[in-house]
Amino acid sequence: MSDIIDPKSVDRPNSYIGRSVPRPNAKTLVEGQGRYVDDIVLPRMVHVAFLRSPHAHAKILAIDATAALLSPGVLRVFTGADLSPHCEPWVATLAHLKGMKSAPQHPLPLERATWVGEALAAVVADSRAAAEDAVAHVRVDYEPLPAVVDMEGALLATTPVIHAELGDNLCFQRVNEAGQVEAAFAQAHKIVEATFYSGRHTGLTIEPRSILVDFNRASGRLTVYHSTQAPHMMQGVFAKHMRLSEGDVRVICGDVGGSYGIKVHVYPDEVAVAVIAKLMGRPVKFIADRLESFASDIHARDHRIRARMAVDAAGRITAIDVDDLTGIGPYSVYPRTSAVEANQVVNLVGGPYDFANLRARTTVVFQNKTPTCQYRAVGHPIATAVTEGLVDLAAEAVGLDPVDFRRRNLMKDGSYPRASPAGMKFEGLSHEASLAKLVSMMDYPALRSEQQRLRQQGIYRGIGIASFIELTNPSPFMYGVGGARISAQDGCSVRIDPDGSVVAASGVTEQGQGTEAILRQIVAEAVGVAIANVRVITGDTLITPYGGGTWACRGAGIGGEAALRAGLALKQAALQVAGAMLQTGGDALDLVDGQIVERRSGLARMPLAELARIVYFRGDTLPPDLPRELMQTRHFSTKEYPFAFTNGVQACWLEVDVDTGAVRLLKHWCVEDCGRVINPLLVDDQVRGGIVQGLGGALFEHCIYSPEGQLLVGSMADYLVPMAAEMPDIEVGHVETPTKESLLGAKGAGEAGTAGAPAAAMNAINDALRPFAVKVFAQPFTPERILAALGKVPTRWPEPAQSAFRTTSPAKTGAAGAAGHHSRLFRRT
Amino acid sequence: MKAPPFSYLRAASLADIFSKWEAAGADARLLAGGQSLLASLAFRLSTPSTLIDVSRVPELTGISAAGGKIRVGALTTHAELGAHPLVREEVPLLAAAVPLIAHPAIRNKGTIGGSLAYADPAAELPACCVALAAEIVARSATAERRIPAAQFFTGLYATALGEKELITAIEFPARKAQQRSAILELARRCGDYAMAGVVAQAEFKGADFIDGRLVFFGVGEAPVTASGAAAVLTGRPLTAETIAQAEAALATDLNPPVDQHASSEMRRHLARVLLGRALRQLAGKQEARVT
Amino acid sequence: MSTAVDICLTINGERVSRRVEARRHLVDFLRLDLGFMGTRTGCEHGMCGACTVRVNGKIVRGCLLLAATLDGADVETIEGVSQSGEMRDLQDAFIARNACQCGYCTPGMLLTAADLLSVNPRPTRAQIREHLSGNYCRCTGYHAIIDAVEATAARRNAEPGP
Repeated sequence: MSDIIDPKSVDRPNSYIGRSVPRPNAKTLVEGQGRYVDDIVLPRMVHVAFLRSPHAHAKILAIDATAALLSPGVLRVFTGADLSPHCEPWVATLAHLKGMKSAPQHPLPLERATWVGEALAAVVADSRAAAEDAVAHVRVDYEPLPAVVDMEGALLATTPVIHAELGDNLCFQRVNEAGQVEAAFAQAHKIVEATFYSGRHTGLTIEPRSILVDFNRASGRLTVYHSTQAPHMMQGVFAKHMRLSEGDVRVICGDVGGSYGIKVHVYPDEVAVAVIAKLMGRPVKFIADRLESFASDIHARDHRIRARMAVDAAGRITAIDVDDLTGIGPYSVYPRTSAVEANQVVNLVGGPYDFANLRARTTVVFQNKTPTCQYRAVGHPIATAVTEGLVDLAAEAVGLDPVDFRRRNLMKDGSYPRASPAGMKFEGLSHEASLAKLVSMMDYPALRSEQQRLRQQGIYRGIGIASFIELTNPSPFMYGVGGARISAQDGCSVRIDPDGSVVAASGVTEQGQGTEAILRQIVAEAVGVAIANVRVITGDTLITPYGGGTWACRGAGIGGEAALRAGLALKQAALQVAGAMLQTGGDALDLVDGQIVERRSGLARMPLAELARIVYFRGDTLPPDLPRELMQTRHFSTKEYPFAFTNGVQACWLEVDVDTGAVRLLKHWCVEDCGRVINPLLVDDQVRGGIVQGLGGALFEHCIYSPEGQLLVGSMADYLVPMAAEMPDIEVGHVETPTKESLLGAKGAGEAGTAGAPAAAMNAINDALRPFAVKVFAQPFTPERILAALGKVPTRWPEPAQSAFRTTSPAKTGAAGAAGHHSRLFRRT
Repeated sequence: MKAPPFSYLRAASLADIFSKWEAAGADARLLAGGQSLLASLAFRLSTPSTLIDVSRVPELTGISAAGGKIRVGALTTHAELGAHPLVREEVPLLAAAVPLIAHPAIRNKGTIGGSLAYADPAAELPACCVALAAEIVARSATAERRIPAAQFFTGLYATALGEKELITAIEFPARKAQQRSAILELARRCGDYAMAGVVAQAEFKGADFIDGRLVFFGVGEAPVTASGAAAVLTGRPLTAETIAQAEAALATDLNPPVDQHASSEMRRHLARVLLGRALRQLAGKQEARVT
Repeated sequence: MSTAVDICLTINGERVSRRVEARRHLVDFLRLDLGFMGTRTGCEHGMCGACTVRVNGKIVRGCLLLAATLDGADVETIEGVSQSGEMRDLQDAFIARNACQCGYCTPGMLLTAADLLSVNPRPTRAQIREHLSGNYCRCTGYHAIIDAVEATAARRNAEPGP
């Protein structure tokens, strides 16, 4: 490992890795000078508004735009039939998800509307307001069709099939099995089981989905200004489906107002905008409004999981058995597919624990709701809630404190590398050290006695713990092997300009995480210049090296490593020139804080700017055969491990008002091990932001549908996001286990908070409710659900039973009911 | 989410409102603070032909005291209401209600007249007006009348205002010596509309509850006066027993609606909890807390 | 009747006269008519707070205000307060504390926080949270924002008075 990232070297002049350096782009943002897609205005730009389906499922008999075309300011109205000759449809499946199927999807559908909010026709006008006015005048004749709404019934023989050519409504099914599950349950000392529900969420980026596409007919080039996480992927998508060469498509991604996975997918309405721009030969802008965001941004996490855990008399986990069901809408979302979230659930369940027997089954079904796909911490919050919920049930069943139970069962810190029963390979994790640190940060014993004391006064507080693992730095095993053109590698070009300043261009992207800030730190340190002299360019397919963008926590681990290697190579290249100029060996010199210095004495010999001046303007003075490559490019992707797993543990401290069902969050802690921490300031707030996103799902957020498939949340008064007043202060600590796959040693940190927070909150609520012997497992944990669990108000359909948990002692009763467990899978509740 | 097209007229005086309103036709609407109206326009839930901006009409502004009444002009913003010394002294319940209304930026524009005319069943101020036995001063082109708040809210988003009649002011009886009040609500988040809320206002003779009004919001189509619960308490002190009896009376006083946030039973349960808490607050202290 | 309205007002200290569509809200007026892009809409129905601006010295939701009603008004946006430097310390605290990630909510958040500090120079963390409770931030989890506002208040209070 290079000494340049030795954390003990922070005294060096250009040592930035590991330091809390503010972000270079923050000043423009706090002055309102950011540049988001909607801030861009081009000559002859026109605006799109979409007519969206009011039906969950309907045949489109006719679309009549006559009246709409007469509306003031309207230029064109496009239907699916108008666009489909100019755009190849896509089918979102991955080859390595065996048996997965989905139907072809067009920018606008040709025959049927398949969810409420699906775009059916596009109105182009000279202002958004004029386009919206005209949408009201587009006449559509529908023939309503029966809708598949309840995922529990999606596979029944009596349920209509959404895509007849697929034969049924099954998208994907998988069982991940290891060891002897039935035997372990039969021999268990205790079995605990519960049914968990994870409410359907949406990401609600405060900047809505935004795209502005320009097509130059003379050059044949398409320029896309896009609020996206993956510009190169989108370049490929537009090129492939609009039959352009990749070189003729340029995707530019400026400031992005939040993404969290929402902006890494191909949205049919956005592709429609690109096709319309090509057809009209002028810039076309589409900014989703909040109403259409709720119905057309991807949703996520609509899962029902029946789960059970077996423990032995010593309080050790012997087996986990989960049966997951998720409804993903009418189409799998391109190109990542909508089966990955469920696949992650079966890969991650039980992840932190040392046990041998696992059966994790998932069933992914189509339904007539908004499509779901990857959203921050994909599958992690679900797997963690199930695992940690079972762990707390098991601890209670064997009479152990939740922390003691975890200490007994977590994978030992010295036991790596190793794999989980689910087949996940772990290079190095720190569950034990993280838990120890957490217990000390929160003063667990003191909090327990506080809890006891308050309980005597009728104040019910709870402590919830949740250990978790997080998948970061994905290799091509995540998407590439399945045939998706999604890059797992990333490149970085670093150059020295004539004034000695450094410019780095990277394939990873910035949506507020601080990607550019950490790249700047890494490059400054690697090259040996002051951070103020480094500029970072991201988000432009024309000028940055090819890369995957920022998702699945890969910006630092992949993009950062490419930047580090490019920076180190550039330093070597500069020193080689300096060696020739100073007539000494390049390895006797170093580059520190923008100066060529003698490595041994530190004596300054020449400013980097002088070197650059000679190279660019007086190359004649250098030896003719001397390489003078003041720009270096390196690429990186992980090779040994499919993913760099991180780990951590969270604790939630809250109070339940048992009269009103209200939950008051008091404090939250997280200890996180993301390997090398490049910038603690940024990492800590990635964790905090992630935690609050998880707490939002645990307490508030829910995309509620009527039994007919009508989305009942269409405003921010209905879909409740976490706001400042309800959220707690959050303390973050770190254990650092760097990955050995890279010089940098960094893993991802952006999703850890979301992975563990719902589980911690759920366990804390159930801990608070312990004196009443009731529990809740259905997110969001609303006041009504908590009061229903307490028996104070009735349970409502489609609310699951309030206390669907059970502890049995099969050794005594012989009642291990595994067969019955699975036979209930498709029963309508 | 752009508003549909409409015409805009700015009224300079009360008389000017009526003449413009008359000329503008049936589907013209008045615009005061606009904090509810503009949101509903953004969703195209209403499509008025004309908005008549009344926000600069001097006759609709000001807070004053006269004849044992506190007169609050219809254009008084929530922020002004909560901060006004006269309100804090004489109608402290209103000042206590203000922090529960939405968020600071909304409170700077939203008006009391607009809130009452919009008549959201989950809003705080309509319930306060009913509990305080306020009178709504309504004007048409030809006449002025005073409508007791208890008769003003006639249904879901419906009021006793006639066609082309507007609220000019609200008159609140000044505080009496033995009067106590409380407002409590349960909202999912700070500033959200309440799942259930209660305004309790009563005079006390010694420890005995007399002439009290218990008004709920968020549990019906309009503010709901729990007359059964109040009757249980009248002439009796607030004790654990009488409070429990009042809570029980809500079984017949309230018939709350269902939505995604709460079932009817849930709202009734919360109303009972809130009533108990509000009554215990009345029993313990003089006035609604002004923060 | 015309759907266009003539207005004359002050934006960030400069006089502006325009004919606007009656339905145009203040945010669209600032952005589409005047090119002030620092004020942004996140929901256009008054729930997210991203469009918070100051009108006649008070913070308001720009999406719940028609430009047509603002004849004679004094409007201040993030561009104006940045130029005047009146909340430079708060902005610097947001940068130093990483209280701004994607930056989209930040102008509204800053104006709301500055409003709090103008009426309550010594807010508790709970009071800061309550005052900002109508401003949605999906990135930070709010903790850093609360820290930045708290730090600004502490720094202002530590300075000797005039």
